[in-house]
This record gives sequence, C-alpha cells and structure tokens, in this order.
Amino acid sequence: MRLLIKNGYIIDPAQGVNTGSNLLIEEGRVVGLSSHGDPIPSDTEVFDATGLIVAPGFIDMHVHLREPGQEYKETIASGAAAAVAGGFTTVCAMPNTSPVNDNAAVTRFVIEQAERAGFADVLPIGSITKNSEGTELAEMGEMKDAGIVAVSDDGRPVPSAGIMRRAMEYARGFDLPLIDHCEDKSLARGGSMHEGHWSIVLGMRGMPAAAEEVDAIRDCALAELTRARIHLAHVSTRGALEAVRRAKQNGWAVTCEVAPHHWTLTDEAVQDYDTNTKMSPPLRSQDHIDAILDGLRDGTVDAIASDHAPHHMDEKELEFDQAPFGIVGLETSIGLALDRLVNEGVISLERLVELCATNPAHILKLQDRGTLTTGARADVTIIDPAMAWTFDVSRSKSKSRNTPFNGYQFRGGVVATLVAGRLLHLHPDYSRLTDQAVSSSAG
Amino acid sequence: MNADLHLKHLLGIRELSAEQIVHLLDTAESFRDISKREIKKVPALRGRTVINLFFEASTRTRTSFEIAAKRLSADAINISVSTSSVSKGETLLDTARNLQAMAPDCIVIRHSSAGAPYHLSRVCDAAIVNAGDGAHEHPTQALLDALTIREHKNGIEGLKVAIIGDILHSRVARSNIYLLSKLGARISIAGPGTLVPREFAGVIEQGVQLERRIEDAIVDADVVMILRVQRERQTDAFFPSMREYAVHYGLHLNHLNLAAPEAIVMHPGPVNRGIEISSEIADGGRSLILDQVTNGVAVRMAVLYLLAGAEGDKKSAEHAVNGEEESRASGGVRGRTRKSRRGSRE
Repeated sequence: MRLLIKNGYIIDPAQGVNTGSNLLIEEGRVVGLSSHGDPIPSDTEVFDATGLIVAPGFIDMHVHLREPGQEYKETIASGAAAAVAGGFTTVCAMPNTSPVNDNAAVTRFVIEQAERAGFADVLPIGSITKNSEGTELAEMGEMKDAGIVAVSDDGRPVPSAGIMRRAMEYARGFDLPLIDHCEDKSLARGGSMHEGHWSIVLGMRGMPAAAEEVDAIRDCALAELTRARIHLAHVSTRGALEAVRRAKQNGWAVTCEVAPHHWTLTDEAVQDYDTNTKMSPPLRSQDHIDAILDGLRDGTVDAIASDHAPHHMDEKELEFDQAPFGIVGLETSIGLALDRLVNEGVISLERLVELCATNPAHILKLQDRGTLTTGARADVTIIDPAMAWTFDVSRSKSKSRNTPFNGYQFRGGVVATLVAGRLLHLHPDYSRLTDQAVSSSAG
Repeated sequence: MNADLHLKHLLGIRELSAEQIVHLLDTAESFRDISKREIKKVPALRGRTVINLFFEASTRTRTSFEIAAKRLSADAINISVSTSSVSKGETLLDTARNLQAMAPDCIVIRHSSAGAPYHLSRVCDAAIVNAGDGAHEHPTQALLDALTIREHKNGIEGLKVAIIGDILHSRVARSNIYLLSKLGARISIAGPGTLVPREFAGVIEQGVQLERRIEDAIVDADVVMILRVQRERQTDAFFPSMREYAVHYGLHLNHLNLAAPEAIVMHPGPVNRGIEISSEIADGGRSLILDQVTNGVAVRMAVLYLLAGAEGDKKSAEHAVNGEEESRASGGVRGRTRKSRRGSRE
C-alpha cells in the first residue's frame, strides 16, 4: 500500500530540503520526494497537505511514561497515544520507573509494551547507576544490546563528580550519550520553586539557578576530561546555557534541550499556588527565559523536549510544597513551540524541525529517522503553523491532567502524525483531507 | 458597607488596599472596648460557626481567635491536626471538603505550607482566614501590630519601622512589610546575611532598606520590631550559635539610644529572652508586647465580624433583643466605625 502526501511543503534539514514537494511512502518507509505537478502513481492513497508543513516525525527525547510501577499516572500505551496526539512519532522513556530501568529485562519490557500499544515508537533510556542511587554503574552494555539509546539518572542526578566521570568514560565505550538533569541537591533541597522575587513574596523555599548551573558547569568540565558525549536535560538558566555555549565553542561533545514551559511561563505563574506550576527545574524569571530564547536562536540549544511528567490529580492536589514536581507536556509541546517561538519570530520553521527531529535523531544516533530521505522510517509530522486551537485537558490521551495550559489558545498545531506510514492522529478539523484522499484515489 | 471594602477571605495583606486595611483597623478599634467590659460578649455573630483549623502548634493565635469568636457569640470549634496526619491519608482538601459539608461560616487556618489557605478558598464556601501559612503571611498579626502602632504613634504614615531578625522565614515580617508600607511607613530590615536575602529590597514598590548591621536599621526608627529566632536555624547552618546571634543580632538596651525618641519595641511572641531581645527591653516601658496580645483579640473580632456574616445578618443581630449590653455594643460598633474611618482619612 502506498500513500502520497500531496502538495505539502517539506522541511527536512537533514537533507537540506525546504520546498513544496510530494512525499511518497510505501511499506512504512519513505520512497522519495517528487514535484507537486508530477502524476499520482496508480494504486496510491492521497493525503492532501495543501498549505501544510510536512516534516520528519518529531522525537521527544525526554518523557516519563511511569510504566512499570506507576500505571495509575500513565502507561506506556497512554503516554505513547498522547505522543502521537501531540505530533511525536518517537519518544524516549526516562528510567525512573519502579523498578528503575537499570537492566535489560526492564528495557525489553518497555519496548514490548510500546510495540503492543502500537502508537509512537518508544525508545528506552537506561539509568546511569544501579537503581539511580549514584554509587555503582548500571549494566549499560546489556541495556544497550536490549535497546536503550542513552543513559540518565534523571531526577536523581549523580551527586559525585567522580562517579559521573567513570560513568561518562564507561558509556563512551558503548557510544551512549549521558543525559543529565543538572541539580545540585545541596542547593536545591527543600525548594519548591525558583529562588527569587516570587519565592520571597510567596514565602516558599527556592531552588536557585546556581543549583542547576553548578552541575552544568561540572558536566562540561567532565566532557572535556572524558571526551564523552553529554546532553543536558531541560536547561532552564542563563548560566547553564552559557556553560553549554562555551563547551561547544571549545569543541566538547555537549548538547542540550529546553522544555516548552520554561520559555512560556515565568515564576510569577506560581502566585496562586497552583501545583501545576511546580516542576523541576522550576519556572524561572524573565531573564532566564530571554537566555533560553537566545539559545534557541543562536544554536546553543539542540533540542526541544517536553519532560512529560504525569502525576495523578490526588498527588497534585496537595499543598504546594508537598506536591510532586512535573507537568504533562506531550500534547502542548509543539503548540507552544509554534505559538511562542515560530509565530513570535524567535525561530524559523526549519529550525523548529531541526530541534524536534533532526537533532534528537543525531544526538541519539538514530539512523533510520529524523529525516525523510529515501529508505527512512515513514515517520511524518504534519503541522499547520496558523491553526487556531484550544487545549482541553479533559480530552487528553494521557492518564494524568497536571498541566498549567488547560484552556490555552494556540496559534499553530499538529494536523497529522504518521508512525511508520500509519496515520495514527488526524486533527478533526482536517478530516476533509482524507475524505478528499478517498475520492481522489477512487477517481 | 462600601463594595470596595468588602472582603470574602483574608488570605494575605499583599492583596489588600490601604482602604481595606484602614477599615479593618477602624473596626478593630471599635471592638477593643468590648474586652474591657464586665460582660465581654456581643451577639454580632450569634448562630455563626467559626472553625479554627490548626495544623501547626499555636497557643497564642488559636486562643486569640477562639476568644474573639466567643466574644462575638459565634460557635467556635477548635481542630488541631498534627501535620503528620497528612501522611496518614487525609489530604488538606479532603479535610476542607468535610468541614465545608458541615456548613461553617468561617474557617481560620494555620498551616506550615505556604499557600494552604488559598487551596482551602478554592473548595470552601466559608470565609477563609489565614492565621499563618508557612513563611508566607500572617495577616492578623500585621493588623494587630498596626493597631498597636496606631494607638501609640497616632498614625503610621511617615514612621520608620525597623524589622530585625529571621526575615527569610518570617510570615510576620512579610505581612508587616506590606501593611505598614501601604499605610506610608518606611521599612528597614536587618539580620544575619543568611536570613535577610537581598530580594527583600524589591518586595514592595517603594523598596525596603536592607542593612547589614542591626544598628543601622534601628537608627531613627520609631518602631523596632523583633522577630523570634528558631533554634533549628543553627543546625541548618544559618548562623553559628544562639550565643553569637544574641551578641550580634539581639536587641540590647543601648540600641534604643539609636532609635527615635519615644521609639516603641514590638515582638510577635513567643519571646526567646536573652536571645533576640534582652529581658530589660521585653519587660521595659518601651515594650508593647502585651498590648499586641490584647489588640490581637480586637483585630480578630473585627476580621471575623467582617467576614463571617453578610450585611443583612449583621443588622438582624443588632436588632436582636438581647439586653442592654448587647444593643449598646452593636450601636457602638457602627457609630464608632463611621467616625474613626472619617478621622483616618484626614
């Protein structure tokens, strides 16, 4: 069965394509691009993408799917369904499940559950240390053979620089990047929000920007020492971005990602004590947002990742300082990127595709995706930068509802998501496109 | 009542206007007399239910709210919940929903988590009064402090107020900074560097003056407000020892020579004698510590009176035939409120 995505505008930075083209898909793989005017091959279904952007499937390299262990928050199936609804064809599952993904059995379980669900592809991330306790290294080689694409002790960053050094040296042998959640717990412990004006006004213990920066600077120094690849997760401060910028100038293998809530909301959003504004790293002040926007513009930032962190309503309904950190983000991530970055003129659409597909595939060394080159997986994200839509969390595919963006009105959104050639998500307002497809292929 | 003065909840001072604050203080002033009578009771809140929901140990504030409610003839119920019961299962909001199901008119809450009263106000129809939430606010403390200052200084506008001690963890400091600055006072603060973050300079538009040495904050101050220091701050490495704290940040008699003539000294209690304040000052003529406690009852009566009943109910309470004592008191409340409000505008 063949599918032609017709009359769309293809953006694929990996092969330098930024032009109106048709995209032909067969058996879950990309056949190739052709001109809008070219005749439609026989026996081909047509998806009319007139006026839409057709991009390689988006990859969210930082999500928490909670399975195994906390299925009441999210399952691999519900998380992967939320992913396709949000325009993602591949997501990387962080290992802080119960049990922790620190061995090949858990890695295989995650992959099998994702295959069974059949939504977005789920690539597991293994832990750096056993049970993410920061002392002994996890079996990275075994997990790599089972299918992990990176290692991370996200949420419980390795406190010892010495252990981190060993982990980096060891991971290099398997060509695995380390993903670090930079947070010096001795500075951040007990904090519920960014330390600054609003933490003082609201009377809450703060997590200073320095807590993130101390670790980011440490990691960059270790990248120089070990020549290993390190990727800094959800970077949220000016100082951490400056550390990455400097590391890149020096040619060290340091990359980083930013999360949509960190460029959209400041810590002022905490003032009603809504626990859906509590996450780690916390919402920062405007100065840090300005630094994130600069990093997105100048190439310091490599990727956009949601840090999708589902929590049950009962857990989030606690007092602010008692509630867990994290918000769901898979279904609002691309909307916030289009609304706040592309439509505000911060970045181009091409740069958006780089941040959401090209670079994540490159960082994780995924050869078969992140591009629409001939033979690649037919993972496709189709977006409309002008689509007006409102997020209604009650219709979310995720099992959790912890978002500060319920009711947010977006300019720009995801029209359709194809995973290995299968159309798994189509925005209801655009259903006419497939209706036309049926009639045109019939005619 | 003027619509601009209406309050549904009292969650903090930061969101109040100067007019609302003055109205609360004027109302409190008119209630002060009731506590001096032989029969200390008016029927203003008869048939109303006030729940004191305390998740943190407190003797003074809880007693003060209870007495205030009872002197207004409200039914006052005290619930003390150890915060550990959170881990036993029932959440704050479940507790609140259960209480709401019993239709109280007002819930007074003290909680160790900043913002807890805000959570309550979202699920309860009852008026919520914040009796101290974490390091956030303690609005009735600031109101009683302001009432005490107003009583002794004939106003607040133009005064210099020095607040000394653990500003970082103090809800009393925050509420007082907001309140006193809204009424025109200048604020300077001082304490150990670990406990006086520089962000405090910008918490109010007019700015707060940060001083490194307490002497510099006290110079020319009309009011010196001393905060209680907690022993656990020493183990958390905020300062080396209580002894050193007492030497460098405790208030001693010679400090008062730096202050303005007739300066007054205040402390929200309970006092660590010989640590943040010397006994000579705490028990001396400049100290208004016990006046603060007395005014606390009046302020809480005013808060409960203004929040726990609709205007129409208040009238019927006044009209209730309950003896001379009560009708005189009710009349007094209205008359004096009007008069003193006029006075405070000048």
